[in-house]
Amino acid sequence: MSDTNLFEQQRRNRRRSALLVAIFLLFFAWIGFGGDYVFYLSTMPDPTPGLSRGSGPTYHHTFPWFGIGATLLGIGMAWYGWRNGPKQVLWASGAWELVQPTKPEEQQLVNVVEEMAIASGLPKPTVWIVPDQDPNAFATGTDEGHAHIAATEGLLTALNRDELQAVVAHELAHIKNYDVKLMTLLAALVGVLALISDGTRRFLGRGGARVVGRRSGGGGRKGGGGLVVILLALWLISVLLAPIVSRLLALAVSRKREFLADASGAQFTRNPAALASALRKIEDAAAPTQAIQRGSAHLCIADPLGRRINAKQGLVADIFGTHPPMAVRIARLKAMAYQYEKTGVIPEAV
Amino acid sequence: MSWILLILIVATVVWGISAYNGLIQLKGDTLNAWKQIDVQLKRRHDLIPNLVNAVKGAMDFERETLEAVIQARNQAVKIQAEALPTGGVKKLAAAEATLGAALSRLSVVVEQYPQLKATGNIGQLQEELTSTENRVAFARQLYNDTGTTYNVRQQQFPWSLIAGMARAEIVELWEITDEQERAVPKVDLSGKPKA
Repeated sequence: MSDTNLFEQQRRNRRRSALLVAIFLLFFAWIGFGGDYVFYLSTMPDPTPGLSRGSGPTYHHTFPWFGIGATLLGIGMAWYGWRNGPKQVLWASGAWELVQPTKPEEQQLVNVVEEMAIASGLPKPTVWIVPDQDPNAFATGTDEGHAHIAATEGLLTALNRDELQAVVAHELAHIKNYDVKLMTLLAALVGVLALISDGTRRFLGRGGARVVGRRSGGGGRKGGGGLVVILLALWLISVLLAPIVSRLLALAVSRKREFLADASGAQFTRNPAALASALRKIEDAAAPTQAIQRGSAHLCIADPLGRRINAKQGLVADIFGTHPPMAVRIARLKAMAYQYEKTGVIPEAV
Repeated sequence: MSWILLILIVATVVWGISAYNGLIQLKGDTLNAWKQIDVQLKRRHDLIPNLVNAVKGAMDFERETLEAVIQARNQAVKIQAEALPTGGVKKLAAAEATLGAALSRLSVVVEQYPQLKATGNIGQLQEELTSTENRVAFARQLYNDTGTTYNVRQQQFPWSLIAGMARAEIVELWEITDEQERAVPKVDLSGKPKA
């Protein structure tokens, strides 16, 4: 990857990360301030004093406590996700940190990571092992200095040294062009949204709907109730739609990033053929990688869930897929290897 | 009119500052890449006595091969102490190539001693050796890439105007001449990258 390509990709990823956080915060603000507005309309003081409702103190919701609270909560969660995203991703996969290698293949992994750190000019990331027999690997982290690379046990046994080197180079390319930053943030924030939406649905399933229903009914008596109902419905729908929002956020991750990381990984190793044969081996081990859940699937070098859409080409697959088809990646790498052999230069774009 | 002049002067100064900083950045990157080579070469030099000790007992009659490795290593250590990006890179590259050739010959010889290979220690040392050779190769690759960018930039117009002020100097690249390549036997047991 030439410098301009790299900087372009870094800038794009920084912009997307900021956009992601903005959407996340807007979502919280919408839920909070929307709730405030609905509450405000339903507790509005009666215009005609003679018709005041019953007795006892009436509460007028005039200050947007919910909105401010929810926005602060969103900021807190984004910050927490940012700080702990890598830890969460690693923890969810059951990975353990490889500090003191004991087996020869562990030593080899540590060596290969150090070699590729030199080739890419990055500080050495920490190395983790995922106890899973399916070959796969991912990288996570907040920036170059705090990056982690995880490989499954299956990867260490299935690949030879050159292929392992190629996979590690691919992951370091993700670190270098800030892909991991965006993708880890995505995993953390999507995780939070999924949690909220699950919680809301459970709350609405149990009696919550009854409370809300009575409020909107009370507003209906005073006129303007139609607006309240519509707002309430919109608000509820958006809360319920949180998982879809999170899916939409996942679209911020383009499957192109894998092509880019393949290409710049090959720049580090100067050996595109090794990555091609590594991908072939990873693809041939068809079993899904059980240790890796849906929330962090987009981080991996190959789709750990083996979803069918990722084997397809075309517009729909480009939009909804997380990984490009393996056959296309391998074909591009083979073309690179051919060109490298002929000209002695790794082609920049694939 | 004077406004236009003022704007032109300001634009030139702003460009000058950014060009100067850009060159200084590249210089820093190049020196950093060079330091990386230094570190990896030191690692290589430190590993060799261990390797020689591990195989010495079983290969008493291969004294010549071992001697060649030790000699090449000592020579390389001496040259490394004086090498800088702006001078002595070629000499160091030649010394390291000689060392590399001696090491490959040793690797070939080790292959002929199955009882040596059977002990785990040698397997580990060979992995270390492979890794070290790779590190040297990749550090060299990074240095050559950054050094080339630095060299090209400081010679290009209009950066060349600033180059003197930024004390930019052409750095020597770590090139492997054909001669040296031929000196290395084409036996590759380590799966070294084709750098």
